[in-house]
Order: sequence, then C-alpha cells, then structure tokens
Amino acid sequence: MINIKRSISKTFLYIAMTIYSLSILIPLFVMMMTSFKTNAEIFKNPFGLPSSFNLDAYINLFVISNYGKYFLNSIGVTVLSLALAVTMSALAAYAISKYKFKYNRAIYVYFVVGLVVPIKLGTIDIMITMLRLSIFDTLWALIIVYIAMAIPLSVFVLYDYIRMVPEELSSAGRIDGCSEPGIFARIIVPLIKPGLAAAGIISFIPNWNEFWFPLVLIKSRENYTIPLATGQLFGQFDTKLDLVFAVLSLASIPVIIIYLLLSNYFVKGLSAGAVKG
Amino acid sequence: MKYSLYTGEGLIPDQFVGLDNYIRLFTEERYYTKFWNAFRNNIKFFIVVTLVQNVLGFFMAVLVTRSFKGSAFIRKLSFLPTTLSVLVVGYIFKLILNPYYGVFDKFLDLIGLEKLIIPWLGDSRSALFVVAIAVSWQFFGESVLFYTSGIDGISKSIMEAARIDGASIWQEIYHIILPSVLPIVGIVTILIFIGDFTQFDIVFAMTGTRGDPGYSTDLFGSLFYRTAFSSSERGGWGTGMGAAVATMMFIVVTIGVGAFLTFFTKKREALEK
Repeated sequence: MINIKRSISKTFLYIAMTIYSLSILIPLFVMMMTSFKTNAEIFKNPFGLPSSFNLDAYINLFVISNYGKYFLNSIGVTVLSLALAVTMSALAAYAISKYKFKYNRAIYVYFVVGLVVPIKLGTIDIMITMLRLSIFDTLWALIIVYIAMAIPLSVFVLYDYIRMVPEELSSAGRIDGCSEPGIFARIIVPLIKPGLAAAGIISFIPNWNEFWFPLVLIKSRENYTIPLATGQLFGQFDTKLDLVFAVLSLASIPVIIIYLLLSNYFVKGLSAGAVKG
Repeated sequence: MKYSLYTGEGLIPDQFVGLDNYIRLFTEERYYTKFWNAFRNNIKFFIVVTLVQNVLGFFMAVLVTRSFKGSAFIRKLSFLPTTLSVLVVGYIFKLILNPYYGVFDKFLDLIGLEKLIIPWLGDSRSALFVVAIAVSWQFFGESVLFYTSGIDGISKSIMEAARIDGASIWQEIYHIILPSVLPIVGIVTILIFIGDFTQFDIVFAMTGTRGDPGYSTDLFGSLFYRTAFSSSERGGWGTGMGAAVATMMFIVVTIGVGAFLTFFTKKREALEK
C-alpha cells in the first residue's frame, strides 16, 4: 500500500518537474531557434528546428548595427563599476566592523537601508547631478550610478565576512609593525576573498541587465549598453523577425553562459543573503 | 525630491512653487485619473505576482527539496529566467503571444482550443494579467531559490521524526515547513512589493510607455517615466510634476514595506508563542 502511494507521488513529482522545466526551456528555445530562421520560415514553420542554421541575422547585427561596440560598453561599465563598488564596500565594511566609534551602528543601518529604497525614484536628482557634473550621456554617469546600486548589498555581505576574522590576527599584525592599510591589504583581504567574489557576482546580473538608467542618462548611440541597444533595436527591426530574435538571443546568451559557469556561487551568495536577512 | 517643489521650462526645474505640484496632481482631473489608474493597476499586478511567486513558488520549492533524481538540475534551471533582462523576457512573451505569428496561439489551435484565442495584449481585460504573468515567470525561480534554501535549512532530524510519526505531507508543510520559512515569505513579499511598485521595463517592452491598450497596463514605473522624461505631446508633465509623482511612489513604497514588516513580525511572534 505504502509502495503504491509512494510511486504515485513520485510519478506526480516527475510530471510536475517536467512541466516546470518545459515552461522554462520552451520560451528560450523558441527564441534561439527562431533567430536562425529566415523571415519566410518563421511564418511557415513556427515550431521545430530551422531548416539550416542561417547566421545572417547575427552578421547583420555586428556589421550594420555596431553590436560589438555595445558589448564593449556593457563589459566596461560592468567590470569597472563592480570592481570599484566591491573595493569601496570592503573598505567601508572594514571600518564599521573593526573600528569602534560612536556611529558604527547608524552607518551600517544607513548602508543597509539602501537595499530597500529604490534608487530609481531619485532618477531626476541623479539626472540633474550628471548634467551639472557634465558627464550626462557618458558611460561615467552609468558607472557612478551602478557603484551606488551595488554598495548596499556588498557592504551587507562583506560586513559579516570581516566580522568573522579573529581580532587576534590584526593585533598580531600591529605588534609586528604592520600599518593599518597593510593590515587590511595583507590580512583581511586574503581571508575574505570568497566574500569579495560573492559581492561581485550577486551584483553582476542586475548590473548587466539594467535598462532604466541608460534609457534616461544615455542619448548618443555610441554609448549604448546592451540592454539599451536591445530596447532600441527591437523597435527598429519591427518587421525583420529574424533580427528581432537575434537581438534578444545576443542579449541573453552571455548572461546564461556566465550563470551556468558560476551558478553555484550565485545560489550560495543569494540564499545566504535570504536566510540571514 | 526637492525638485517636486519647483517648476520650469527646461530639464532643470528652477521656479519655486511650494506644494503646487502636489495640489495639481490630486485636484486636476487629467493628473489624478492617471495617478489613481496606475495605483489600481499596480495593486492588481502585485496581487497576481505575489500569488504566483509566493504560493506556487512555495509549493514548487517543497517539491524541489524532495529527494529525487535530477533535483540538482531543476534547481539550477529554475533560476535561469531570473538571469535574463526583464526587457528580453517582455519581448519574448510579446512575440510568443503575437496574434499573427505567435507560437502560443498556433499551439492552442493545434490542440483544438482555438476558441480560447484572444488578443492577449490588445484586450484591456487580459493585458495587465499577461504582463503580470511574464514578470512572475521571470522571477519565479528567485522565490523558489529563497524557499528551497529555507527548507534546506530545517534540520533533517525534525523532518524524519515527523515522517516516522506518520505525518502526511500536508501536516509536514503546515506544522514544520511553513513556520520555519515564514521570515522568508516576508522577505520575498517585500522584495516583490518593491520591485512591482517601481516596475517599468516589462511595461516598456510589452505595452509601451503608455501602458497600452488605453493605459490598462500603466504602472507607477511607466507613469513616472512618461510624466518625468517624455515630451508633453507624449504624455510628459514636466520634471517638477515628475518629481512629485516619484515622491508619491516613494511614500507608497515606504508605507507598504512598513506594513509588511509589522505584519510578518507579528505573525512570527504569534507563531513562536
């Protein structure tokens, strides 16, 4: 009896899991397959594999639409802003967790409040600030905003990592005549490497996909990032469906590959944050 | 936020008008109809997304954490849509639901349900729901991930003891899993709330900055974009009014987050007693 019941529930489980997997895979599969079809084939044969792998759409995007440049912009903005944000967050988290001063707690809370206050709502102030600094419509405007976006979560993650470093290690360093910056660079940083990686990786996806700020802050075509280019090209190629699907595939493939390579880190970093919070 | 107290011709508001922008927002019909419409849409949108992500996501996590072959694969796969940009997800759904070449209608036709075909995004009754489903599809994996990590955190011995005592799966969920993941329900709900009340990308991708058809999918995010950054022919209200809209959104988000925080803290205390 129990065995029958168990096999029924196992069957149910597998059916549910199959439906769930298909609901994730089918839309992505349709998107990528369609990008290899010609326009005529998309109408004639919406399901199924393309008759031949037609790369015209991709070649078109890189040659005519400057897609390579948009990739470089996105990579530059992401790498620079994440590197700077993690460095600054590590220094800030180090200061508030290891030095005792009056407003430790208040500063920590101030950083963490950034997790719940949507920065989007301050867009007008940000835009005006960028205009006054005359970096409106440059990639620097995006880099500054993305640093600000990544800092709260990075401080939150790194604070705990740094607090777990035993105080004796820093004291020993001080006795041996190591300077304060030296203690941070030589003792703390090597010990919190996993935390630094986690902070960078968790911020990577929202940073790479961010669409709102380029839309508001970037006007010149040569400064487009991938999401902004996706938004603009999509409208432009309304009737050329193969190009439309190629734009979408190109915007998704890099992040899918990086996720598959680093998925364990993503999951660990995110779930640690969820359970702790 | 101080710009909400100013008005002016150019991008930078320079003329101080005090609370005038707010008074106009709530007394002039052309402003307040749009504002309350976006507010109502946002609440409906939030309810659909919360139900899908919290209720369905929770049960999916319960299933995923059972031990079976391929559970590691499913866990990895479930987070995949979350890594894509909201924009891409919106466009994929728009293309799949397209009345001329969309795969979804062709599929319904194929399995003999052609009567159910409607202009999904063209009908003001279904459009908001469809947009909400697209967002739920994208972020579903994030809820599943949070809930699975919560369930994984429950000690194995408690689960085993319950199974030996003959607890059914429902009893197990109600007495053991639910109380221990309640803080996570709180976090997920608050994250969805913040995300939904500032959501813009999905509306931009699927129904444009006016929330077509006829503003039926207009959310606070698209309202803010249009009023603050569009030219007046395309629905712009000037930067000062835009800032007033952003300030109202900020107040709504803060009140909402505060309310959920107190609700879930009270619930938790009640459970712990």
